[in-house]
Amino acid sequence: MSDVVERTLSVLPGLLGQHDLGAGPGGAGGPGRVSATSRLGSLIRSITALTSKHEEEKLIQQELTSLKATVSAPTTTLRLMKECMVRLIYCEMLGYESSFGYIHAIKLAQQGNLLEKRVGYLAVSLFLHENHELLLLLVNTVVKDLQSTNLVEVCMALTVVSQIFPREMIPAVLPLIEDKLQHSKEIIRRKAVQALYKFYLIAPNQVQHIHDKFRKALCDRDAGVMAASLHIYLQMIKENSSGYKDLTGSFVTILKQVVGGKLPIDFNYHSVPAPWLQIQLLRILGLLGKDDPRTSELMYDVLDESLRRAEINHNITYGLKALTYVIQQDPNLALQHQMTIIECLDHPDPIIKRETLELLYRITNGQNVIVIVQKMLDYLKESKEEYAIINLVGKIAELAEKYAPDNEWFIQTMNAVFSVGGDVVHPDIPNNFLRLLAEGFDDGKEDDQLRMYAVQSYLALLEEEDALYPQKFLQVMSWVLGEYSSLVADVDPEVILTKLHSLLKKTFVTSETKVWIMAAVTKIASRTSCSKTVDKLIGEFSNSLDTYMRQYAFELKHLCEDKALMKTLLPFDASCNDMVVDASLSFLDGFVAEGLGRGAAPYKPHHQRQEEKLSQEKALNFEPYGLSFASSVSSSGVTGRQSPTGLSFGSDTSGNSAETGHKETNTLKLEGVRKLWGKEGYLPKKENKVGKENEPQTVSCGSLLPGQAGDPPASRSDQVASLSEEDKEKQQLASTLFIGLGSNAGVSLMGKADTATQKFKRKSKINETQNSEEDSDFQNSGASDFGPLLDTVPINMEDCEGNIHTRLRKASLCSSDIVEDNLVFETSQSLKKSGLDDRLSDSMLSQSSLFADSNIEIFQPSPSAQCESASKPPLVPSLPEELEELNHSGVVELCQSDALALHLCKVWTDDSLLLTVFVSNKTASALNAVNLVFEEAEHFQILESPTYQFPVIEAQSVECCQKCVWMDKICTQGILSGSVNYQSEMETRLDFSITLSLLDFIRPMEMTTEDFGKLWLSLSNDVKQNIKMSCSQDSLSAALNTLQQKLKLHIVDIIGNEGILACQLLPSVPCLLHCRTHSGMLALWFRSPCSALPDGLLYQCQKVMEES
Amino acid sequence: MIKFFLMVNKQGQTRLSKYYEHVEINKRTMLEAEVIKNCLSRSKDQCSFIEYKDFKLVYRQYAALFVVVGINETENEMAVYELIHNFVEVLDKYFSRV
Repeated sequence: MSDVVERTLSVLPGLLGQHDLGAGPGGAGGPGRVSATSRLGSLIRSITALTSKHEEEKLIQQELTSLKATVSAPTTTLRLMKECMVRLIYCEMLGYESSFGYIHAIKLAQQGNLLEKRVGYLAVSLFLHENHELLLLLVNTVVKDLQSTNLVEVCMALTVVSQIFPREMIPAVLPLIEDKLQHSKEIIRRKAVQALYKFYLIAPNQVQHIHDKFRKALCDRDAGVMAASLHIYLQMIKENSSGYKDLTGSFVTILKQVVGGKLPIDFNYHSVPAPWLQIQLLRILGLLGKDDPRTSELMYDVLDESLRRAEINHNITYGLKALTYVIQQDPNLALQHQMTIIECLDHPDPIIKRETLELLYRITNGQNVIVIVQKMLDYLKESKEEYAIINLVGKIAELAEKYAPDNEWFIQTMNAVFSVGGDVVHPDIPNNFLRLLAEGFDDGKEDDQLRMYAVQSYLALLEEEDALYPQKFLQVMSWVLGEYSSLVADVDPEVILTKLHSLLKKTFVTSETKVWIMAAVTKIASRTSCSKTVDKLIGEFSNSLDTYMRQYAFELKHLCEDKALMKTLLPFDASCNDMVVDASLSFLDGFVAEGLGRGAAPYKPHHQRQEEKLSQEKALNFEPYGLSFASSVSSSGVTGRQSPTGLSFGSDTSGNSAETGHKETNTLKLEGVRKLWGKEGYLPKKENKVGKENEPQTVSCGSLLPGQAGDPPASRSDQVASLSEEDKEKQQLASTLFIGLGSNAGVSLMGKADTATQKFKRKSKINETQNSEEDSDFQNSGASDFGPLLDTVPINMEDCEGNIHTRLRKASLCSSDIVEDNLVFETSQSLKKSGLDDRLSDSMLSQSSLFADSNIEIFQPSPSAQCESASKPPLVPSLPEELEELNHSGVVELCQSDALALHLCKVWTDDSLLLTVFVSNKTASALNAVNLVFEEAEHFQILESPTYQFPVIEAQSVECCQKCVWMDKICTQGILSGSVNYQSEMETRLDFSITLSLLDFIRPMEMTTEDFGKLWLSLSNDVKQNIKMSCSQDSLSAALNTLQQKLKLHIVDIIGNEGILACQLLPSVPCLLHCRTHSGMLALWFRSPCSALPDGLLYQCQKVMEES
Repeated sequence: MIKFFLMVNKQGQTRLSKYYEHVEINKRTMLEAEVIKNCLSRSKDQCSFIEYKDFKLVYRQYAALFVVVGINETENEMAVYELIHNFVEVLDKYFSRV
């Protein structure tokens, strides 16, 4: 937030001020006031004096004309130019384009003295946008100013970079900005961080290699720099919260200091310490702690503290919003504020009303659903805003499906949803509704009743001749009528057919809806013997101009001729049954083989064709390994893309074209189904089954109803309205709204337990899928899920008590540092330095980063023990002979105590990373039952079991254990932590952590050029990047050798100035690399079936190329 | 995220505008006009937040001047509400009397 303030402020002087160079901000005499003589001042005054828009336009056009003449005159001095710029900015801000001045703004930034330059930069940042072509002209100026010795110039350049900068020119300034992170002035460091934040937003790949430097910024001794770095962290954590769990402690510490008022007093706002910084930190902690009780545990203290201090109230009704989020955690809180909520519900301000409904939505349960939905519908009828309608309609539909007390109410509510929501409703709503009807619940009788009621209500609605229903509602109606009208015995199908027929002739019915209606007619016709209406309909539409209708009419005609076929084709209530579709299109194999036999070209999928076109254009020669399909398809097996049915080889398809074939059949399947069954005709049965298994207990409607009857007659709002006293009325409303809320803590208002779970239980499953799929704004899971969550938390806590223990210890270590020293960051830095020294003394682990490494040292239990041991002759473990021959790292010390020392050696075997942990007993007696336990890590998978027990370790001897590890989730670097416990006088525990890098899991992949070509075409995740080659590796082969040695890539082939390499991530995820050199640059092009792998490798490549 | 920052007088004239996301110039005028209309139509006893299309407006009135900030879903309204005041206080300090 602070950067926003700053940016905005930077706009000001240019706008309002023409202040003299001499007068600094805050100087005497009120600097920066609009001077009476300035031309901007007079311009503003004359504009303010005008009465009509037309006059304003005239005046500004005049102004612009004169400005244009001035700026393009060669005699214009820079000083005058600066003055013109300010006026141009003002004109443009009023909405009058002044593009003629853009180039002059850039020139001014280039040539002017400090103040002129500043105005130039300001004008540029206001005039241009990210993709503006003129922006490229600014790059040189920025580079020059970044190198300037004048701090103000550097600041200006950094500011403009953090606002707009062309994405493709980032490499030009990146090294300069990186340098600025070490600048002695904090404002420069802060601005550099902001610029890097900008880069991270527009091109995250390019700043990947400086993540470690962000960590330094986070620990900067200046709070401003730290605050700026939080923006980057928020963004990164949003994308991948698991990668930054280790920083939780740091964030907690920072928040603790902020809340404790440790920041400079300038950060206070109305005596609240750095409120925006707090918000930012809370956001980060929120993301880190989400679904992770272990990490959350670290935060509780500080959160509690922040909450306590934040009690200073903010008196706005909008505080409701906060309540909305709070009650997600604990609905009982809403009870305390009942009356406030009721007041808000009748608030004249629609915004507040809407927020109230949002809150009610979250506290809805089976007992108050009727009142709440009624309130929502009332609001909906008044509202005209499309966004509000879509949002609210979705919520009503969701609540209705979840909590409907009875069929009648459900159908009626859904009718209201469809008619009010019209065609703007989210397509999921009708789809889910129909799916619900079709799949039914456990009780068949109940299903039929619901369906019958739906049919009856639709027939009643269609009774009204002139009613205009939204298309989606009509579609729903026709599908239901088509499927279930036969359930209603006392209605003649002929009557329904007549109604549908008349609908078909209405002009407001779109052709899509007509297709739905036609499908309904077909279904009904299959169940009647013969119908005049159907015959009439066939006659009418057989020559319709609408080809779809004509086709349907013909289909119907032919089907009517063969009733038996029609019955098998359209079985009753079979919309949920699985359809068997030959996804591989194997029935076409013969046809394809025949085609190939006649010399037709084999099918190429779209991207392959594009590829070839591209490669031809760029004169990149892919031919040698492009199209020779050898008969072994082994490589495509690796990609996991092979068609499950194994297409006949006659059709000459790689795994890849089978994939396309698969896709095609999917769409085909949909088409075919839709014609006969409506959109929901084929329903994913699997999902249904899963849902049922997951939630075996259902509250069937029957059992729910009696409970409902016992309630205060489910007090409808109209009943409430009949009460005379206003207060009483509100009380009453309150009791209906908040009913069933207290049940969790046993404080139920009505003294009743919350019996209502979901009526239509299967729904929740679908909702969840939806949520995850489209990140929708129905935050539905919150309201219904808190219960189980509360239950599971304690269990989880017990489960991982040990782990928490570790974390807590780390946290307490940190916090004790702080108490001792106010300048915490200094402390942690010095700690890090000492860590660094240690590392240098036994620099063995070469690849791991500085920071992560120092991590190990910081959390070491007792540094003194280490010193002691250093003086003694240490036990030096060595690898067993059979491993000694394999590739391995040096032996590094992990941790030690008085009794034990742990050493680690990484062995890179062909199929895994073999971690060899040496446990040496330093004491003079044998140690029994030494347990080595690895914690579960998110990114890594330990094959076999994560624990190992040494029954006994003799005095002064070394035992070792070996664990194979794979990387489960790709990350450039991760930490695998664990502990050793042993019994000496008392139970002792020793924690350690191991830094594993992506490279530990990369192995060369040997293949032929042909295989490479085949595989290349079948992979779709692309990452391209140009990197600079240093002089030591100016030739391609030198560069490739570096990659081969450092990254364990296999060089497949080198042709001219192009080279191809291959590697795999264990166990078997391939990644291919194509390199090309041109004018000192190395163009890297990665492909892999896994999208994260190329990014990770690219980062490593950049690193090794820089190092070498 | 803050999308834009506006200062508008009661007559609906823009006195200051800053966009943090690029908006075409001709669309700016239209957007500003609508935003101001929305703010002016609200009375003193209504809250300072408006849901407008797919984003939110947070505004504060200082005499005849409105400060309006457009934000998206992820931003905290209260934080921005206070930020506006902070901003005005800074102006006040810098220009000694606003």
